[in-house]
Amino acid sequence: MPSLGKSLGVRAALLSLLIFAAIVALWQIAAQPVAGSGPAVDPEYAKLVGAAAATGAKSAMPTPADIGAAIWKHLADPFYVRGSNDKGIGVQLAYSLGRVLLGFGLAALVAVPLGFVIGMSPLVYRALDPFIQILKPVSPLAWMPLALYTIKDSAISSIFVIFICSVWPMLINTAFGVASVRREWLNVARTLEVGPLRTAFKVILPAAAPTIMTGMRISIGIAWLVIVAAEMLVGGTGIGYFVWNEWNNLSIANIVTAILLIGLVGLLLDQALARLAKLVTYPE
Amino acid sequence: MERPLISIEGLARRFGDSTQPAVFEDIWFGVERGEFVCLIGHSGCGKTTILNVLAGLDQPSGGAVIVDNREIDGPSLDRAVIFQGHALLPWLTVMGNIAFAVSSRWPSWNRARVQEHARRFIELVGLKGAEAKRPAQLSGGMKQRVGIARALSIQPKMLLMDEPFSALDALTRGMLQDEVLRICADTNQTVFMITHDVDEAILLADRIVLMTNGPGARIAEIVQNTMPRDERHRNDLHRHPQYYAIRNHLVEFLVNRSRAFDQEIAGTAYDPRRVKLVKPGLAAVNPPAEIVPLTTGRRQ
Ligand SMILES: Nc1ncnc2c1ncn2[C@@H]1O[C@H](COP(=O)(O)OP(=O)(O)OP(=O)(O)O)[C@@H](O)[C@H]1O
Ligand SMILES: [Mg+2]
Repeated sequence: MPSLGKSLGVRAALLSLLIFAAIVALWQIAAQPVAGSGPAVDPEYAKLVGAAAATGAKSAMPTPADIGAAIWKHLADPFYVRGSNDKGIGVQLAYSLGRVLLGFGLAALVAVPLGFVIGMSPLVYRALDPFIQILKPVSPLAWMPLALYTIKDSAISSIFVIFICSVWPMLINTAFGVASVRREWLNVARTLEVGPLRTAFKVILPAAAPTIMTGMRISIGIAWLVIVAAEMLVGGTGIGYFVWNEWNNLSIANIVTAILLIGLVGLLLDQALARLAKLVTYPE
Repeated sequence: MERPLISIEGLARRFGDSTQPAVFEDIWFGVERGEFVCLIGHSGCGKTTILNVLAGLDQPSGGAVIVDNREIDGPSLDRAVIFQGHALLPWLTVMGNIAFAVSSRWPSWNRARVQEHARRFIELVGLKGAEAKRPAQLSGGMKQRVGIARALSIQPKMLLMDEPFSALDALTRGMLQDEVLRICADTNQTVFMITHDVDEAILLADRIVLMTNGPGARIAEIVQNTMPRDERHRNDLHRHPQYYAIRNHLVEFLVNRSRAFDQEIAGTAYDPRRVKLVKPGLAAVNPPAEIVPLTTGRRQ
């Protein structure tokens, strides 16, 4: 029944709006400055918050209206550059996006061919498996000091961290996809005396493409998660640095704006790869 | 000694280590140039395994396959295979699947020439108009036809077919059987075909190889189809005076003898290298009238 599907969509949208309104309302209530709230501040916390909050003059919690104003301010002029410490949020996002795409692209260049080799050869598969199993669960940020020490460049170090976190899902998925190409498809290529290179590109690659794309989608998601943390550590530019900077300024409205934009960009990245994945999937 | 075009000499295949029983062993038979040979046996006796060895896709545990006086050591474009599970590449269209084969056979051809050649064979199997469809959009019978077109399109010297018509309805099957027969006659094609269908074997084959049940399957005997090719017509096959004699012989083998063949040959001089060539059709005087033909819709 098509009308059911349509009405379900409409009802879901209405419910979404309702939830959104409830959040905003609750927030509005919660953000009211509470009269007579004691200045009992945990010293550890005060250290983290820094000077701005230590004075504790007014509630740092912005109202939804403040957030709206902040978002509007950022979106009205996202790409300004006024000195090295004052760049538009669009510029910061572009820095982060650039690093993610660069690190991810390099990882793909390494992981897909290497995954191919691993998937084709049970020997290499077994030989490399312990390395992959040990390195895969390591938090990519744990590489950061090593990267900073060896590369001696903070920008390249954060790209390296993105590289290292994107490489595993793509490597593992490519190897798995290549190793599980159906025997009968390979047999078709063999009976047609297709050479190894042509078999790789015309049979194995298209057969494994959906699995490889799934790995890429996982990778880009992880990379986008990691870049924020990496930039908080490294500083200088990027949306992670922006968040950290605004935390030091105690500008919660700016932080919330950044959170929403990070979510939005992450969604767009995921959707873009989902589109690509759809192009290469085949029904069996 | 003059060898047939395809000569299977002492073939054996076991899976796993040598303590495992062989799927089949000491298999000897040949396929002459231009001949159509069918292999009949029960499910699981090792027919596909034999065909895979002939195709060069599988290594035998013993024995050899000699083609054109050379032992085969791998697959070849001279031996086209029609797979039991059609084995189409699902990400390619019908045209793409056939063009892949054509451009593998003639790498120097340009795109237009490849497509034109492929189109001829798509039309041949009656799939005109479905060129742009993916395998997932096709019926089982249509997929099998694409597999047949792919094999024929590379114009091989030999066709190896693994139950190529089994997923088809009677009408399509008949049409394609005629088509394959015509192409084989036109090009003097040498064909080795696996089938479950006794009538199909009688219609198509010049000789029918009977395989016993596994494990340790062997060739029991070879039935000469004494009905001449030009007297075998789908629609009145059962009216041929030799038909029932041949058919009954095959059915009798499948129903009873394939199981108990070892007892049957106990104490006799069974030579796997020279299995008996029988001609049950010639023994036919009067076909037994009480047997109703199993024509499964072939009579239109
Ligand atoms: N790769 C394999 N590993 C182990 N055993 C196998 C393998 N391939 C086939 N076999 C075994 O060999 C035997 C013969 O299999 P095969 O596929 O040749 O049978 P078949 O005669 O073609 O049967 P069907 O008529 O059902 O297609 C079966 O018992 C099967 O279990
Ligand atoms: Mg089989």
